[in-house]
Amino acid sequence: MTQKTVQEVHRVVIRFAGDSGDGMQLTGDRFSTATAVFGNDLSTLPDFPAEIRAPAGSLFGVSGFQIHFSDEDILTPGDRANVLVAMNPAALKTSLVDLAPAGVIIANSDAFTEKNLERAGYSSNPLKDDSLSGYQVYEIPMTAMTLEAAASVEGLTKKEAERGKNMFALGLVSWMYSRPTDVTERWIQKKFGGKPAVMAGNLAAFRAGHAFGETAGLFAAQYVVKPASNAPGRYRNVTGNAATAWGLVAASGQAGLPLFFASYPITPASDILHELSRLKNFGVRTFQAEDEIAAAGAAVGGAFGGHLSATATSGPGMDLKEEALGLAAILELPLVVVDVQRAGPSTGLPTKTEQGDLMIAMYGRHGEAPVPVIAPRSPADCFGAAIEASRIALKYRTPVIVLSDGFLANSAEPWLIPDPASLPDISIAFATEPNHDGEFWPYLRDENLARPLAVPGTRGLQHRIGGLERADGRGNVSHDPANHERMIRMRAAKVAKIADDIPPLEVDDPSQSAEILVIGWGSSWGAIREACRRVRDAGKKVARAHLFYLNPFPRNTGEVLRRYQRVLVPEMNNGQLVKLIRAEFLVDAKSFAKAQGLPFRAGDIETEILKRV
Amino acid sequence: MVEGNGAVGTQAALTKKDFESDQEVRWCPGCGDYAILSAVQSVMPTLGIEPHKVVVVSGIGCSSRFPYYMNTYGMHSIHGRAATIATGLATARPDLSVWVVTGDGDALAIGGNHLIHTLRRNVNLTILMFNNQIYGLTKGQLSPTSERGKVTKSTPFGSVDQPFNPIALALGAEGTFVARALAVDRPHLTGVLSRAAAHRGTSFIEVYQNCNIFNDGAFDMLTDKAHKVQNQIRLEHGKPIRFGERDERAVVQLRDGSLKIVEAGSVAEGEILVHDEHRGEPSLAFALAHLSTGPTMPTPIGIFRDVERPVYGDDVERQLVAAQAKLGAGDLGKLLMSGDTWEVK
Ligand code: SF4
Repeated sequence: MTQKTVQEVHRVVIRFAGDSGDGMQLTGDRFSTATAVFGNDLSTLPDFPAEIRAPAGSLFGVSGFQIHFSDEDILTPGDRANVLVAMNPAALKTSLVDLAPAGVIIANSDAFTEKNLERAGYSSNPLKDDSLSGYQVYEIPMTAMTLEAAASVEGLTKKEAERGKNMFALGLVSWMYSRPTDVTERWIQKKFGGKPAVMAGNLAAFRAGHAFGETAGLFAAQYVVKPASNAPGRYRNVTGNAATAWGLVAASGQAGLPLFFASYPITPASDILHELSRLKNFGVRTFQAEDEIAAAGAAVGGAFGGHLSATATSGPGMDLKEEALGLAAILELPLVVVDVQRAGPSTGLPTKTEQGDLMIAMYGRHGEAPVPVIAPRSPADCFGAAIEASRIALKYRTPVIVLSDGFLANSAEPWLIPDPASLPDISIAFATEPNHDGEFWPYLRDENLARPLAVPGTRGLQHRIGGLERADGRGNVSHDPANHERMIRMRAAKVAKIADDIPPLEVDDPSQSAEILVIGWGSSWGAIREACRRVRDAGKKVARAHLFYLNPFPRNTGEVLRRYQRVLVPEMNNGQLVKLIRAEFLVDAKSFAKAQGLPFRAGDIETEILKRV
Repeated sequence: MVEGNGAVGTQAALTKKDFESDQEVRWCPGCGDYAILSAVQSVMPTLGIEPHKVVVVSGIGCSSRFPYYMNTYGMHSIHGRAATIATGLATARPDLSVWVVTGDGDALAIGGNHLIHTLRRNVNLTILMFNNQIYGLTKGQLSPTSERGKVTKSTPFGSVDQPFNPIALALGAEGTFVARALAVDRPHLTGVLSRAAAHRGTSFIEVYQNCNIFNDGAFDMLTDKAHKVQNQIRLEHGKPIRFGERDERAVVQLRDGSLKIVEAGSVAEGEILVHDEHRGEPSLAFALAHLSTGPTMPTPIGIFRDVERPVYGDDVERQLVAAQAKLGAGDLGKLLMSGDTWEVK
């Protein structure tokens, strides 16, 4: 065995890229788990094509998974990769732009056939010409070595054996970065437990990749990234969609109400439905509706029935749900609507992320129908966002929109698992008695301007609600013009008043003398924070704030904005929050908008800030 | 498991009055909707379900004002969407008796997709579709049940739309209880309503209802004294299908499976089709639905089909109970700790 040197590094970005059938998402996910268990902080960015099985070797069929891990606090999936694992020429071609100068390329040379090169649009083999001279290129015949490793496994077809090449790659990279192997091996054993030959083949491939790194003279060094000094406690990796689903389950427990979840399959929100439909022993009723409209309608029905009721969708479905949202707004029923935003308009880029739905969330309904809007900032933050949305919905009897996005939905980060006992009580009291001279009036108001909810089945409180304007107090249909205006203002005042019940906007301004404020919302939190960190490391001053509550804004938002001479609003859209800020606060905020279907790179925002400090 | 349709064990002494709200009923004078409201209010106390266990959900249209007049829980919702809301409610709350009141435009045009999926799932709902073959609330446009050639505000040269046959549509969507009644025939209507309420699963009743403002007389051939005996084909389970003043006409099945109206005297008694509501296979009910292409000719009235099939909300409930029996009640702490976790010291 060759003696290797072991070098310590602080942070590494690895990108696995291959055909959509090559198992790159699985490889990335497994590497992330091993990395998390090892104790590094991490952030991931899965990036896959809209086609389920695009033609093999094609450029648009490339599926990628980027992971950034470090011995310190990680905020983004990383701007540029240090290491690119390219399983074929198309993967190399599409990912090269994301590779840092002098970065490492590990290529499966077996896949660089004439046919694949042609499909990727290469006129000559980049591994053979000198087009990659600026990088450290390792050509490894992964397919052949995988087949060789699995040759002794009985009952394994050649096709099955070859499929293990992603495990070979995983083994090799696991060696390079000193990842623990037991976690991955246990997982392979469990995953393929039912198919012993496939399990043996995958294990053999994984071990062969690891051994190759160790014994081949190819690699001069092995790297180690020490565990991060995260707060003590028990951790797990969590994606935004899983955190959203679990947050809804937690909210159901904290409210003491069963969860009713109605949804229609749509990328990238479907995993919330998948996760919740597993959790039947939590009393979760899931309903896969015939369309987005029916999902929203059924959720309104569940809410009327006294359940904690929710639905999830993405942009195209949001268009269709606005009708039911308007109804829920006038009925004043609690409803949580999760919009996992994706690049629009129309079908847009279904698997790519965007923050394009802020305006539809704010103003998407006809008539005056304000509803609270909140936006989680990281995958794990989706857990708390689901609980907070439920709290507001129940307490104020209103639909609440949660703006997640495709990046948060699929990206994973380590999460200090919360103690269920520490979660807030969000239970509410339902009406059980008449409240007005022996009658039940569904539109009287409490101190929060919330109306009483009497659940069907409550004796003596029968009443009728509907989408026609309600008479203030009594709740019957009313066509009285003055009443209509009063009710419009009442509903708006109720939503506005939630500002008394949410924390003020925090500002991160260590110098206390920055002239520029960078303010964002939702999933760009990590990139904005990282950008500000870099600006400060460069000796410049910048203040930073991030809006979780978008409607209503925290009470001090205007005051915070006016404290700074310049305000920069980075958004993954064409500039939406910036318009709200300008309209609401008459502040001359400037937009930095990017809408390429991918999360911000910290470097992009850093450059923008530096232009202005 | 949850008991029946919100029924109480002991029959409370309920009356029609218990189901009447204090709201002034505001349909046009002479509208067929009044009779249906009255029939429903008089059937309710006989069902053994207390008013607070009943929910009436409607869409938009003249008929959809219905919930306001019932002293039950109610929701007047969105055009076409009543079935979706009722599906959510009935699934979340299998203990309630949930009714949907809708019209031909609400249920078959804008809400068509929801109607067929509700029937397919067999959600525990009673759907009353008031069919007046016109849009009333928007003042007289063609509806999906208006006959070809009909002149309306939106079809000044006559309709070129093929109308739906709502019974055939409901049967095609695997409806488990499918019936037709006439708003003006109170005893028959109340009989059908009672049977529909007793059916667990989706009950679909098409009620022919005259809109005396925009489509007056649409059902005269079935309802006026001079014609009704000639044209009402009363379906009664287990009985040969005969009609006419002296039962002189009958329905027989031809070799190709289709049905035909013949002079009863021209065939042997044994050849007359005997109505079987509970026939599992729906093609005969479907053929009955096609005996008439509209209410201007001999038309079957009554229950076309009443069969048992698993009920959506009940199966949802069963899965929850089974999961809890197997895994125990959900434990959030355990859920969050599931999968790979690690300790940071
Ligand atoms: S318009 Fe026709 S259906 Fe509507 S209330 Fe008047 S008569 Fe009845």
